[in-house]
Amino acid sequence: MSQFKELSIQGLWKNNPGLVQLLGLCPLLAVTATVTNALGLGVATLMVLLGSNIAVSVVRNHVASEIRIPVFVLIIASLVTMVQLLMNAYTFGLYQSLGIFIPLIVTNCAIIGRAEAFASKNAVLPSAIDAIMMGLGFMLVLLVLGAMREILGQGTLFDGADLLLGDWAKGLRIELFRVDSHFLLAMLPPGAFFAMGLLIALKNTVDNKLKQNQAIEKGSIARARVTGTVQ
Amino acid sequence: MSFRIASSPHQHNQRSTAQIMRMVTLACLPGIVMQAVMFGYGVLIQLLLAIVTAWLSEAAILKLRNRPVLPRLKDNSALLTAVLLAVAIPPYAPWWLIVIGTAFAIIMVKQLYGGLGNNLFNPAMAAYVLLLVSFPLQMTQWLPPASLQLVALTPFDALCSIFSQYSCSGFSLSQLQSGVDGTTMATPLDTLRTDLSRGLTLSESMHSPVFYAFAGSGWLWVNLAYLAGGLLLIQQKIISWRIPVAVIASMFLLFAIASLVAPDSLAGPLFHLFSGGTMLAAFFIATDPVSASTTDKGRLLYGALIGVLIFLIRSFGGYPDAIAFAVLLANMTVPLIDYYTRPRTYGHRTRSELK
Repeated sequence: MSQFKELSIQGLWKNNPGLVQLLGLCPLLAVTATVTNALGLGVATLMVLLGSNIAVSVVRNHVASEIRIPVFVLIIASLVTMVQLLMNAYTFGLYQSLGIFIPLIVTNCAIIGRAEAFASKNAVLPSAIDAIMMGLGFMLVLLVLGAMREILGQGTLFDGADLLLGDWAKGLRIELFRVDSHFLLAMLPPGAFFAMGLLIALKNTVDNKLKQNQAIEKGSIARARVTGTVQ
Repeated sequence: MSFRIASSPHQHNQRSTAQIMRMVTLACLPGIVMQAVMFGYGVLIQLLLAIVTAWLSEAAILKLRNRPVLPRLKDNSALLTAVLLAVAIPPYAPWWLIVIGTAFAIIMVKQLYGGLGNNLFNPAMAAYVLLLVSFPLQMTQWLPPASLQLVALTPFDALCSIFSQYSCSGFSLSQLQSGVDGTTMATPLDTLRTDLSRGLTLSESMHSPVFYAFAGSGWLWVNLAYLAGGLLLIQQKIISWRIPVAVIASMFLLFAIASLVAPDSLAGPLFHLFSGGTMLAAFFIATDPVSASTTDKGRLLYGALIGVLIFLIRSFGGYPDAIAFAVLLANMTVPLIDYYTRPRTYGHRTRSELK
């Protein structure tokens, strides 16, 4: 259970693939113009990550370490193809709006990074949990970025959610304010860089605050030590 | 008579940052007045909005960063940024445009990099590019000069149309853009660009009433006023002559050659020097002490680079005026320019060793 907790904290906050490892920035920055796109890509990445971590973990003792990378890539590529075909079949509108970024999940370093760093060294269950938590962490960052950019850019939330979730989701669309001219920069890639930078800054601020609070609670005064580290 | 013994430096620069920034702002005044005379009172309202926004956002972010607020506000740098942005955007643009732009300039471009002296890019120009990329329609709605306007605009009209998009008598901005002959008018640079792309020759295009003498009607006087202000700054030794001279010389040279080679498809150097924001850019924007090069040779290089970029973008690029892009691109090269043009320190290495 403690392992589960540790993996969750690592994936969602401490070692978040988007905010801390800064992996998979290309899709992260390119498709987060709306919450719907972000959710679509987040779910697709989560699926692929889960599948690849389980598969890699299963074959980890049968693959020679010299050829492990090609094997990982093959596994990931076939999973991405499956996800791509599924999206083509069931969420065609979203499939078209995400475009090239679905096949590009193959090159998402967050996925191969987890395969190499975690799944190839751990049993199936921890690998699956790690995949879910990392995938959720990535998806959360995508969602927050998507929300920031969609609100700034066009003043709505969940615009076009029906592309992903079906016709009932049309009612999800929230219009926060109405503008005659959209704030194009927020929807273009540079806006993603700005939003991402602000998000990382916010996370660091929260971390610093938490650290300060902990230090105060413990009542410890940080001492300057020249040799060794204070544990 | 007593001899005071003091350690070096023996020569002091008598001017503080606040004084320099104030002088530069004051030197903008002739240009601003001319702009108000030629293009209506909108620019004054934009100035007010920009300055208030700049002070508020500077104070807010300094508070967040736990820095002293008042001393930083008093250095007038936010004021200057606000002024430069306010004169660069169309005078009847909606109020939120200048507010977004100024807040972006101060918060993102200046303070997030560490405040005055640490910003890589010229805040006013970065904000201009942000606005141009984000709101292309609003950023190109320049009214024709007052002499060509169909309806004369009062200060109240300026207020109405900045805050509600309609003048007090109910004209929209695009209606106001129409000139005396009823056709919509753009800036001289924009008109020229559109005409040339439609296959007209330069002399055919120049028949449009937005042109006057060798430059744009109204724009000529605005540019002359900024030139006067700029010359005053050089005379007062607030800015070095190198950057403006390099900008103007390189532009003059390139446009002269170009108009000799293709006299009917590229306008001459005088037209370009006195159209758009050329003089404002050469004397007030390119000479920003923070984001410009700091060595003597570097300044010449930096100014020339801006001139070349303006020439390239105006002649072959996608935008009619190119000041902001040219300045930002040149800003990026400043660390490199400064690195390779460092002056030799006396007594360290000989000239031959440097080579």
